[in-house]
Parts: sequence; C-alpha cells; structure tokens
Amino acid sequence: MSLWKVAWRSIQQRLFVSALTVLSMGLGVALVVAVLVVYGVVSQSFHRGGEGYDLIVGAKGGREQLVLNTVFYLSQPVGNIPYSYFEELTIGKFAPAVEAAIPVCMGHNYQGFRVVGTVPEMFTELKYRGDKSYEFAAGKNFQVENHFEGVLGSVAAARTKLHVGEPFKAVHGSGIGGHTHKQPFTVVGILKPTGTPVDRAVFVNMYGFHDIHRAEAIISGDREGNADHDRIKEITAALVCTNSAAETDVIKRAINRDKVAQAVSPVRVIADLFEGIVGKLQWILLGMGILTTVVAGIGIMVSIYNSMSDRRHEIAVMRALGASRTTVMLVIMMESVLLALMGGALGLLIGHGAIWLCSPWIAEQTGVIVGLLQFQLIELILVPGLIILAAAVGYLPAMAAYRTDVSQSLITTP
Amino acid sequence: MLLLKDLVKTFTQPDGSILPVLDIPEYRVEAGEQVALVGQSGCGKTTLLHMIAGIGRPDSGKVRIDDWDITLMPEAEVDRFRADRIGYVFQTFNLLAGFSALENVLLSMRFAHGRPDRARARHLLDRVGMSHRTTHRPAQLSVGEKQRVAVARALANKPQLLLADEPTANVDAGHQQQILDLIRGTCEEENVALIMVTHSDEVARQFQRVDHLNEFNRSAVGYVQVGNKRI
Ligand SMILES: Nc1ncnc2c1ncn2[C@@H]1O[C@H](COP(=O)(O)OP(=O)(O)O)[C@@H](O)[C@H]1O
Ligand SMILES: [Mg+2]
Repeated sequence: MSLWKVAWRSIQQRLFVSALTVLSMGLGVALVVAVLVVYGVVSQSFHRGGEGYDLIVGAKGGREQLVLNTVFYLSQPVGNIPYSYFEELTIGKFAPAVEAAIPVCMGHNYQGFRVVGTVPEMFTELKYRGDKSYEFAAGKNFQVENHFEGVLGSVAAARTKLHVGEPFKAVHGSGIGGHTHKQPFTVVGILKPTGTPVDRAVFVNMYGFHDIHRAEAIISGDREGNADHDRIKEITAALVCTNSAAETDVIKRAINRDKVAQAVSPVRVIADLFEGIVGKLQWILLGMGILTTVVAGIGIMVSIYNSMSDRRHEIAVMRALGASRTTVMLVIMMESVLLALMGGALGLLIGHGAIWLCSPWIAEQTGVIVGLLQFQLIELILVPGLIILAAAVGYLPAMAAYRTDVSQSLITTP
Repeated sequence: MLLLKDLVKTFTQPDGSILPVLDIPEYRVEAGEQVALVGQSGCGKTTLLHMIAGIGRPDSGKVRIDDWDITLMPEAEVDRFRADRIGYVFQTFNLLAGFSALENVLLSMRFAHGRPDRARARHLLDRVGMSHRTTHRPAQLSVGEKQRVAVARALANKPQLLLADEPTANVDAGHQQQILDLIRGTCEEENVALIMVTHSDEVARQFQRVDHLNEFNRSAVGYVQVGNKRI
C-alpha cells in the first residue's frame, strides 16, 4: 500500500470538501488552458493569412494598414498603385526575380464581405498556409476572358447562401449602403475552407470590375473614365512570390527606394501586429488564470489545514504504528499534489471541452479547427507548475503533521 | 528483553509547575513473558507504555529493548524500531477510518519496511477470526471486531513486544474474554512479550505476573517502597 493511496484515502474521507477544492482548481486551470488554446488559435489564424506569398506591394503608407487590407480584408482601404508599376513585377525590371505576382483590387463588398478583383492565377499560382493548393468545393475557377465571373470563399458562400450559377452585385465601399453596381457577377466556383481570411472574401475577375466602372463612367459622361478605356490604370496591391529569400530582400529594398510604392513582408508585419495586439492581452489573461489557480491552491491549503485538527489523532496513530515524521508529512504533501493534479486534469477537461464545444464557431470565425485533444505544448508546464504550487501550499499543513505531538494526541480521544 | 533503568518522566503543566509521573529505578520483562500492569487512573501507565514504545521520550534513564537503548537513537530510527519490533493495541482501537480491515494491517507493514506481506495479513485476520470481514471499514465493524483487527495489526510486523493499553475496557462485556484470550494466545504462539495495562481484576487475575505501577514507580502517590534502595 503506497503512501499515495494513503493520501488518496484521506481525500476520499473528506469527499465534499475535496471535490470543491478540485473544482476551484479546475476552473483556474481551465482558464489558463482556454487562454493558451485561444491564443494558439488566434496566433495560427493570424499567421496563416500571410503564408502564401513573400511580399505585398502596395501604395506608400502604413505597412500594417496595407497588410490588414490585403491579407485580412480589414481596415480602411488604402491607396492604389499604377498598373504600370505592377507591370515592373511581371514584365519589367523586377520580373526575373519574381515567380508570381497577383494583382488585387479592393473597394467593394457583397453583404459585408470584401469583393476582391483579381486574376484566376490567384488560385493557381499562389498557395496558402505554406504549400497547400486552393481547391474548389463546387464549380471551378473563374476565367480571365469571362469578365463577370467570381468565386466565393467558403464562409462567404455559406453566409451569403450564394450557389454556383447565381448572380450577385458588388456594392461600392467596404460596408453596406454604398452604391450598388448594376452589372452582376455570376458565381462559378466556391472554394474549400482554407482556414485563412480567403474564406471570408468574394473574388471576381479584375477586368469585370474595370468594365463596370468604365460602363458607368460612360453613362454618367465622366470624361476620364472614357479616356483610356481598355487598360486597367491602377490596382490596390500585388501579392508577390519571389524566386528566393535573397531576391525577396533585394526587390523589397528596391521597391521601397522607389517613390511609387512600398513592399512589405506580410509574415513579419503580422508577427509584429500580433505581438502588439494579442500578445499583451494574452499575458493579462494568462496572469488572471494563474492568479485564479494560485487562489485555488490556497484553497487546497486551507482545506487541508482545517482538517488537521481532526486528523491529529489519526496522524499520531500512524506515527505509533511506526510511520516517521517525514512519512506523515509526505502523505499530506501528496494529498495536496493529488488535489492539485486532479484539479489540473479537471481544468484540462473543462478548458478543452469548452473550446471544443465552441470549435464550430471558432472554425467559422477564424478557419482554425480545434480538436478536443489539441494541446498546446506550453500546457506541459501545467504539470510541474501544479506540483510546485501543491508543494508550496501543502507545506504548511504538512509541517503541522510533521510536528504532531504523538504522545499527547494519542491520549486525547478522537 | 525489556529493561528500564532510572527512568524519569515529568510533564510541565499549563500553569508551569512540574508534574512528576514516572521515576522507575528498574523494571524488566523477559522475552515471551506476559505481564499485567495495574494502577489507578492517572498513575502513568499509558505514559510508561509510550516511553517503552519510544512514542515519547523520558527526561532521563534508559529504555533497553534487546541490546538497543532506544533513548540513544535518533527519532527516525526509533520510529523504524517501533514499527519493526513493537506492537501496540489501544483502548480505543485507533483503526484508520479510511481503510479496510485488511488495509489497516497492511498499512502497519508499509510503515515498517515498506513491503506489505498480504499472506501474513490474511493469516492474522484469519487467526483473530476476521477473515470474513477483511474488506469492511472500521465503521462497519462492532467494537469487538475492531479490537480483533487492531490485534492483528499490532502483530503484523512480528513484534517482540506487544503493548496493550486497556484493550478490553471499551469492548462489550461479552467479548472481553475473547479479546483477552486472543491477545494472550497469539502472543504465546509468536513468542511475543506482552505488557497489558488493565483496570479489571478479572483480567489481571489470569496473568501469572501482575505488576502494580505504584510499587516500582517512585513518583506514584501511593508509592510503597519494597526494596531498601532510596536516594
Ligand atoms: N502530555 C501531557 N502533558 C501534561 N500532563 C500529562 C500529559 N500526558 C499525561 N499527563 C499526565 O500524566 C499523568 C499520567 O497519565 P497517564 O499515563 O495517561 O495515566 P494512566 O494511563 O495511568 O491513566 C496524568 O496525571 C496525566 O494528566
Ligand atoms: Mg491510560
């Protein structure tokens, strides 16, 4: 019969109090776990967005603004860059180092989802989350020669309830209430979920965009729209894959020297953004979780300490049977460790269970799919952490056990 | 086997005064011997057993068991010594409430040398007539049954000396003799020396050797000098 069993039995002896102690510890740990998992989820969904290409080339201005716009389809629209500058990437001075450059045009939405004007290569030349290729759940990619075709990200499709073959009209601006273009686009394909912001956007043929504007400009007698009508004049940004990391740096520096545009590495900007916004929040939440856990630890101490007067006699009996001071002290420490670890296990269960129950919602919001058993590596510190906490809070009652006056405690009847 | 020499024990009372409880020039018990120890309540019988078991420390004097003077041992060693060689049966049984009858016996083994001998534990429970109650918790046992388990527990580590502190006082009259026979019988079988504190003349009468604490304890109120040694 091991001392662990002795400790376990004395926990069982006080089942109700023990259960409450475990529960409070469990809630503290659950909070820690939830923060860690959510942080992991947010971090993943954040970082994933910019993993398909090396550079974003867009109008001069804030780099965060550019990334928020082109990667996350968020924030206020940024300025445009001349199409001619884009051509430097495809046929001009940067072309040799560029593997792919995809133009994107912003400024429209459909039911709140960003409508992005682009070229079909967006889904053939670019990968997402590193090396994954875009796939279609329904229909197929749009064709460059069919100007009024579009494809939908999985979430956008689900929310707008649009199906392949159905028409939709882009609205000017980034919110509802803008000017609605009369010319509709037709859905030709719906993307499979990618777990990136692409899921939450609508993609249309860039030339269709251009056509709408030109047509409407002609009707309204806008002279400028009339002037140069078969060439796209500007785009919002270009998503660029280079041939090598070294080329990335070279192009980036060269572009940033030019007065026309800026080039940013999305991965780096995202990491900075993430640290700035979510990172700090995480520490606050984690601090709260740890505090809750420590308070629960003190609860363990109080519950064991309170029981010491009832147990003095029992401890004295163990000593009379030959248990050493160290042994009875160890039993109390083990009891504390058991309570803490059970609380930890319960916390893991509650934490992961709650996240798992929320996982459909999380998947829809962020595209990150969390499994029930998706542990963060950092959760491993829970085990040594809780043992240290338990040892610290168990010390006081354990010392009381250690100091029990056997002779006197035996004389006083229980 | 047991030799007490110039054993003195006093207690400091709450008001600060010193209460002399034991002052024993010499006291012996031989291996396998069975002794009834009598004396009025509060005369120091329990205190004496505690000194012998090393549960408490005397102010001065020797407590020799075989060739070891436990007053010279560090506490941890005394604990181990007690676990290995001394069995203790309490007036109030003192079974551990969270554990079954069998586990109570095993636990005693665990504290001694860490390796519980299940076969011996079962054998002992069988010997005290408790083989049909091994998985019962103390709360589910009658007082007589509790004390029988306590006897098995006290014998778990094959002690050389069994200290029994009024083991029948809390047992119903119908079962007192049974407990007494059990303790004496098992001690005899395993050649365990026995010191049994008792208030009952009926119990004491059955022992060949009956010691009155007052007769060899100079601190006792009714101390009667038998020898002629007086300091
Ligand atoms: N820890 C203690 N502190 C102070 N006095 C004690 C303590 N233990 C026992 N005594 C006193 O010592 C005397 C002997 O007690 P005890 O050995 O229990 O007597 P008995 O077992 O013969 O009835 C009593 O007067 C008791 O009050
Ligand atoms: Mg007594």
